[in-house]
Amino acid sequence: MAENGTSVSIQDLSLSFGAVPVLHTLNLDVAEGEFIVLLGPSGCGKSTLLNCVAGLLDISEGRIFIKGKNVTWEEPKDRGIGMVFQSYALYPQMTVEKNLSFGLRVAGIPKDEIAKRIARAAEILQIEPLLQRKPAALSGGQRQRVAIGRALVRDVDVFLFDEPLSNLDAKLRSELRVEIKLLHRKLQNTMIYVTHDQIEAMTLADRIAVMKGGVIQQLDAPQTIYNRPVNRFVAGFLGSPAMNFIEGQLEGGTPAAFKTGDVSISLDRYAFDGAVNGSGACVLGIRPEHVVFGEAANSMPFATDAAVEIVEPMGSDTLVWTKLGGRNFSFRVEAEKTLRNGDPVRIGFDPARASLFDAQSGNRM
Amino acid sequence: MQKSWRRRFHLPAVIGTIPMILVAVGVFVIGIGFSVLWSFTSSKLFPTYDFVGLAQYRRLWADSRWLVSVNNIWFFGLMSITCNMVFGYLLAVFMDQRIRQEDLFRSIFLYPFAMSLIVTGLVWQWVLDPNLGLQEALRNLGWSSFSFAPLVDANTAIYALVVAGIWQGSGVTMAILLAGLRGVDEEIWKAAKVDGIPTWRTHLSIVAPMMKGAFATAFVLQCVSVVRVYDLVIAMTGGGPGIATSMPAVYVIQLITVRQNVGQGMAAATMMLLPVLVVLAFSGIVIWRRNRLGGAEA
Repeated sequence: MAENGTSVSIQDLSLSFGAVPVLHTLNLDVAEGEFIVLLGPSGCGKSTLLNCVAGLLDISEGRIFIKGKNVTWEEPKDRGIGMVFQSYALYPQMTVEKNLSFGLRVAGIPKDEIAKRIARAAEILQIEPLLQRKPAALSGGQRQRVAIGRALVRDVDVFLFDEPLSNLDAKLRSELRVEIKLLHRKLQNTMIYVTHDQIEAMTLADRIAVMKGGVIQQLDAPQTIYNRPVNRFVAGFLGSPAMNFIEGQLEGGTPAAFKTGDVSISLDRYAFDGAVNGSGACVLGIRPEHVVFGEAANSMPFATDAAVEIVEPMGSDTLVWTKLGGRNFSFRVEAEKTLRNGDPVRIGFDPARASLFDAQSGNRM
Repeated sequence: MQKSWRRRFHLPAVIGTIPMILVAVGVFVIGIGFSVLWSFTSSKLFPTYDFVGLAQYRRLWADSRWLVSVNNIWFFGLMSITCNMVFGYLLAVFMDQRIRQEDLFRSIFLYPFAMSLIVTGLVWQWVLDPNLGLQEALRNLGWSSFSFAPLVDANTAIYALVVAGIWQGSGVTMAILLAGLRGVDEEIWKAAKVDGIPTWRTHLSIVAPMMKGAFATAFVLQCVSVVRVYDLVIAMTGGGPGIATSMPAVYVIQLITVRQNVGQGMAAATMMLLPVLVVLAFSGIVIWRRNRLGGAEA
C-alpha cells in the first residue's frame, strides 16, 4: 500500500509489446500535489508510461496505485485521472461546451452540477467566450486550453499531460507553459507531464524523471539534475548549449587529477560520489555557462590559455568555441563581449561545478 | 484581373484538356440533350422529329412495367444502400481491430466488387437456381423437402437481388469507411476512453460524425450503382419472373432494343436523369452555402 501523501505509486511496472520490452521494472512515487515531468528523447517510453498510468495500455507486470487504491486493472474513467493530449483530441463536431460536458453527461452527472463545473473550468481557463464555438474555429492555444478544461471538469486528483505543448509555436508554448504552472499552483493537483523539451521540464517540474530506454535514469529536483547529473546521458540531454565533454584519464592520488592531452586539472575541490579507486579512462563534463574567461579566469582553480575558433552570437548571450586539450570546448559569454576568431582568451572553471563520468559505464564518479 | 485570367486559361492546359472537354460535351451534354429531345417525339425503331409533347411521358407512367420498375428501384435502393452502409461500417470497424491477415480479409471483402456484375450475377443465379444450386445440393444430400428458390418466386426475387447487391457493394463501402476510420486520430479514442465514453457511443457520437466525407463518398458511389443497376438484374433474373424485378435501366434498354419504342425509352431515361439532377442541384446549393459561410467566417 502506498503511504500517506503519495498520490501515484508505480511499483515494478514492466511492459512489453510482444517480445519487445518497453518499460523495465519501473518504480515511481509521486507525492500529493507534486508536479512530475517525465523527460527523455523519443522512444524512451515516457509516453508509454503515462498511458499505463492512465490505463490506456495494459501493463505486463507490476502495480499502479492512485490515491492508495490499486487501479492496475481499472478502466481509465475509474482511475480519477484527467488527460491532456498532444493533438488536443477535441471532438471536432461538438462545441467547446459539449466537449467539456460530453463525458459528464455519459457518466450521468446531474445537469446543474455539469453546468457548475463547466462554469468553473471556463473561468479558470478564461474560455468563457469560446464555449459555443467548435474546435475548428479555435487557435491552437485555445484548443489546448479547452483540452485542459476537459480534464478539469472531471474533477480528478491527477492530471496527465502527454506533450501538450509540442504542437504549438515557440511563443505560445512559453505562454501556456506559464499558464500550466499557474494552474498547478491554483489547483494544487498532482500532475504528471511528459515532454521532450528540457526547458518545459526545468521550468515546470518539482521533480524531473529523466528516462532512457524504458528506465528512469535520474529522478530529482531540476537543479540537482542539471548540476549533478548521475550519468553522461542525463548530462548531455539537459542543457542548451550542451555540456562540454572532455575525454581523458583520471589519475589517483591526493589530490586526484584529470589529464587530457597536455592539460591537467586538479580534482581537489571535486566532490566524488564514492571513493576514488585508482586511475582509469573518464570523461569530464563542464557546462558552457560555468566557464569564465578573461581576468576572472585567473581566480578559478583551473585556468588555461586558448584561442577563439568560432563565435556563435545567440542574442541574449554568445557561445564561443575553442579547444581544450585538443578537443572542442565551448563557453558562454555575455552578448556585449566582442570576440573574434583567433583571439587569445584565458578561460577557467571550478572543477567543483564539473561532472566526472566513468568512460566505460558513463556513471558519475 | 488580367493575371488571374491568364492563370485560369493557361494555353498548354487548355490544349491538354480539349479531348476531355470534347468527350464530356459530346457524350454527356449532346447525348443527354438528344435523349431529352427524342423523349418528346413519337420515335419508334429510329429517332424521328415528330414532336408529340408529353404523350410519351403519359404512356410511360401508365405502363405497369415502368411503375413496377420504379417501385423496384426504390425498394432495391433503400434496402441495399442502408444495408451496405451498416455492413460496410461494421466490417470496417472489424478490420480496424488490428486483426491478423488484414490484407487477406480486405481482398475477400473487395473481391465481389472487383468482379464484373455479370459474373457475380451468374454465380448467384447458379447458387439460387432450384435445379442446380443450393436447393438441389441439399436435396441430393437427403433433405428432400428443402425448398429454397427465391429467384423463381415473383415475391422473393427482389430480395435475392438485394442480397447480391449487398454482397457486391459492402466490400467497397468497407474500404472507404476503413480509410475514414484510420484517419481518426488515435488520441481521440484515448480521450474518449479517459472520459469514460462507451465504445459504441464513441463510434456514434464522435467518430462517425468525423467521417462525414467518407460516408458521403460511399453513399454517392452506392447511389450511382443503384441508379444504373442493370447487369446484375440481367444476369440474375432478366427482370423476371414476369416483370417482378424489372428496373428502370432494364426497362429503358428493353424499350429501345426489344420493343423498338425509342421515344418512350428516352422518356424513361429522362425520368432517370431527374433525381440525379435534383441531387446535383442540392449538393451544389450545399457547397455554395458552405463556401459563402466559410468566406464570411474567415
